[in-house]
Amino acid sequence: MTWEVVIGLEIHAQLKTASKIFSGAATAFGAEPNTQACLVDLGYPGVLPVLNREAVRMAVRFGLASHSTVAPRSIFARKNYFYPDLPKGYQISQYELPVVHDGWVDITLDDGAVKRVGITRAHLEEDAGKSLHEDFHGLSGIDLNRAGTPLLEIVSEPDLRSAREAVAYMKLIHQLVRYLDICDGNMQEGSLRCDANVSVRPLGRHEFGTRAEIKNLNSFRFIERAINFEVERQIDIIESGGSVVQETRLYDSARDETRPMRSKEEANDYRYFPDPDLLPVEIDRATVDEIRAELPELPWEKQDRLVSDYGLSAYDASLLSASRAMADYFEAVASRVGDKKVAANWVMGDLSGALNKDGIGIEASPVSAEALAGMLCRIEDGTISGKIAKSVFEAMWAGEGSADAIIEARGLKQITDSGAIQAVIQQVLADNPGQLEQYRSGKDKLFGFFVGQVMKATRGQANPAEVNKLLKEMLNG
Amino acid sequence: MHTRTLAELSAALHAREVSSVELTRHFLARIDALADKLNAFVTVTADAALAQAEAADAVLGAGEAGPLTGIPLVHKDIFCTRGVRTSCGSRMLDNFVAPYDAFAVERLAEAGMVTLAKANMDEFAMGSSNETSWYGPVRNPWDLDKVPGGSSGGSAAAVAARLAPAATGTDTGGSIRQPAALTGITGLKPTYGRISRFGMIAFASSLDQAGTLTQTAEDAALMLTAMAGHDPRDSTSVDEPVPDYRATLGDDLEGLRVGVPREFFDEGLDAANAAAVQAALDEFRKLGATVEDVSLPNVGLSVPAYYVVAPAECSSNLSRYDGVRFGYRAEDPVDLEDMYKRSRGEGFGAEVKRRIMTGAYVLSAGYYDAYYLKAQRVRQLIAEDFRQAFASVDLLLGPTTPTPAFALGAKTDDPVTMYLNDIYTIGVNLAGLPGMSVPCGMVDGLPVGLQLIGRHFDEAGLLNAAHRYQQVTDWHRLAPGGEFA
Repeated sequence: MTWEVVIGLEIHAQLKTASKIFSGAATAFGAEPNTQACLVDLGYPGVLPVLNREAVRMAVRFGLASHSTVAPRSIFARKNYFYPDLPKGYQISQYELPVVHDGWVDITLDDGAVKRVGITRAHLEEDAGKSLHEDFHGLSGIDLNRAGTPLLEIVSEPDLRSAREAVAYMKLIHQLVRYLDICDGNMQEGSLRCDANVSVRPLGRHEFGTRAEIKNLNSFRFIERAINFEVERQIDIIESGGSVVQETRLYDSARDETRPMRSKEEANDYRYFPDPDLLPVEIDRATVDEIRAELPELPWEKQDRLVSDYGLSAYDASLLSASRAMADYFEAVASRVGDKKVAANWVMGDLSGALNKDGIGIEASPVSAEALAGMLCRIEDGTISGKIAKSVFEAMWAGEGSADAIIEARGLKQITDSGAIQAVIQQVLADNPGQLEQYRSGKDKLFGFFVGQVMKATRGQANPAEVNKLLKEMLNG
Repeated sequence: MHTRTLAELSAALHAREVSSVELTRHFLARIDALADKLNAFVTVTADAALAQAEAADAVLGAGEAGPLTGIPLVHKDIFCTRGVRTSCGSRMLDNFVAPYDAFAVERLAEAGMVTLAKANMDEFAMGSSNETSWYGPVRNPWDLDKVPGGSSGGSAAAVAARLAPAATGTDTGGSIRQPAALTGITGLKPTYGRISRFGMIAFASSLDQAGTLTQTAEDAALMLTAMAGHDPRDSTSVDEPVPDYRATLGDDLEGLRVGVPREFFDEGLDAANAAAVQAALDEFRKLGATVEDVSLPNVGLSVPAYYVVAPAECSSNLSRYDGVRFGYRAEDPVDLEDMYKRSRGEGFGAEVKRRIMTGAYVLSAGYYDAYYLKAQRVRQLIAEDFRQAFASVDLLLGPTTPTPAFALGAKTDDPVTMYLNDIYTIGVNLAGLPGMSVPCGMVDGLPVGLQLIGRHFDEAGLLNAAHRYQQVTDWHRLAPGGEFA
């Protein structure tokens, strides 16, 4: 039988507000346990939540960017359950009336096709703290620094049909929230993570199969592997006559498998009800318009513009628009040079390679866009060859100064004077009589040998085109 | 000295006839001698009180005093007080020392008031007789075998017995007005949102409201002026201007349209109580008011609606008492679930547990629509009834309670009978309106209360009506005799 995979993602994006969603405590990652939790975060008696309006504005930014409806009135509700790192015994979330609903985004699949993925809703909620089970000698430690951190939970329609599609969608959301500057996208620290609802059904059947929810996937690789494992597991169960149980599962990356966390029977009855401590969130049209006017160029808009303004291929444009910083860098380089394609290749090639190798973000690149452009201009005006440029770039990366300074200091300026090159060729031919003999008796392949010798003698600085032309004349002459 | 009203004491302080320290010592001495008979307090803060009184005297001496400077009061133990145990009448918080002051505490301290003690109360404000407290029942100074009402029973008993000139209280379903009625004093529950709930330990967030227990409406006006106002730390506190409530006292009641909800004069109302209320209506007529019959057709559903909404909210509000971060934790739990179950099982009393279970039930999947949602709809209907009534009248008058104070233990085995004690007060909370209770008679040596209900944010009108009534009656001047004289 042919099976169709059905996946929906619930993505949790930690919003980049300076303070928590319902208190004034800071949200920075990595502080000493319980140093960033105030009485509200600790759930002390008598204290009350006060909504951080910035979190709402961020949710609206996402709503507008994802072609969603921004609810003029939404409601915070309490999700009740007991857990030691949930201080109040309930999480403040949104249930019946979320701030954002009914939107979509387009993703590009591996084969280049474009697919539209529906966004059911995006709602605001507070994060819980963390339970620490190691180092406490049979007890558990509780760190409430993360408690009350604002989250935007983005729920997709079950529109995704493979692990690859799920990853492509996750990557798009990752890119989008960073463009919108509402989430730092740091998946390792958990700033962006998702739960995947996975089911399978015979191809052509309309009804969904029973789904399992895989919790807390925090890397693109884990999303792909967990879903693939889960799909195979479900197909195996059904094909061997069993049926899939609706349950929550955890992905164990060490063993590359999912395993049950709790079943539907054990699931909590969260007893949602509107939080009487908070007023409905009212967002008027003027506020929406104001936020719309502040929206940055979105990833897909930027990609299209890179194609039309710089004549790049769609593929190059997609790589260069992966992040705002990358695109900004490229544009800063491209605006200073004539050949945009060369600029793109350098940014995607040598620069990205060096950044990856040293684990540096493009925002912190040791070679600025201006500096890189300065070097590319030296290629364009023939001062250095593309090959020499690679070593100039390495020197710039190592902090040895501008391209001009390095070219000057190292004497890398290209030799274009034909007299000088002729003299070198003369010497090379004189030093290699055997090869000359062979070449002249028909072994054309040795042309490359002579080019190599000339370049070696000039430490790569001879203009290659000039070398070719003169060498041909002199060998044949 | 202790029989004087807050306003009279204020005048005496300003005239330097007495100092705040003297006044404070006087009340502390009374508390020392008499409080145990009533079990009115959980914690007496004598040293801190004297320090506050000294500071108040300095302000008085400098001529910078306000009307409340140097006046002693007691806070219901539901208000967080920095550095002082704040128990909420529960074993759960017996060891809880609040790290901050509640808004109401802050405001009254800024106004120069002196905190004598933290008053006993029904556990987490859940009760109508002050018998659910972990610290034992409070007794009614008019008859020590009778309840003082609840949940602000300690506050009411203290003011009635003249152990303090004023007290704070909270009113979720009648918890200020009902004990005020049963102890013969003046209780004010302002409009929902008029005073910030910040630092007031939550019972039912959409109903809880801080207020005052005093001898007179004038005293309540003085305190409300200091306590009312918006607080950014409570999103449900309302940003309405705060008038000087005493300034409008004494306004003429000529032409005031008083409505009397006929549903309040049902078979549950004691004849003697009804007679006292009728007599009060006559006084209002004499003051120039017109009195007419009005109907609140859905108000009879107040008690069942309330006992869905309030427990629902409390079941969630009280989830934070889990033994993890503060409060009571059971000894030697074997695992997390054992810690939760025993900490909550041992830390909470029976009435609190009953309401948590009721609340969890009405919010459960499959029951939510039938109970919680329906109760919220009923609440809307009740609010609409009041709105309709206020289209034709300015003020509603009726009984505060069906009967005078009942005997300790009389209703503890029958929660529904106990709940019916709040039948006339609960609708006001559901509609978020301001309400008061003022003494309007005596039945068999026990006080009877007259309830006044006003429009949203019309505390000024409410206080004025109560004040005018108190200018022509003496019921509020009566105090328990004997050892409390």
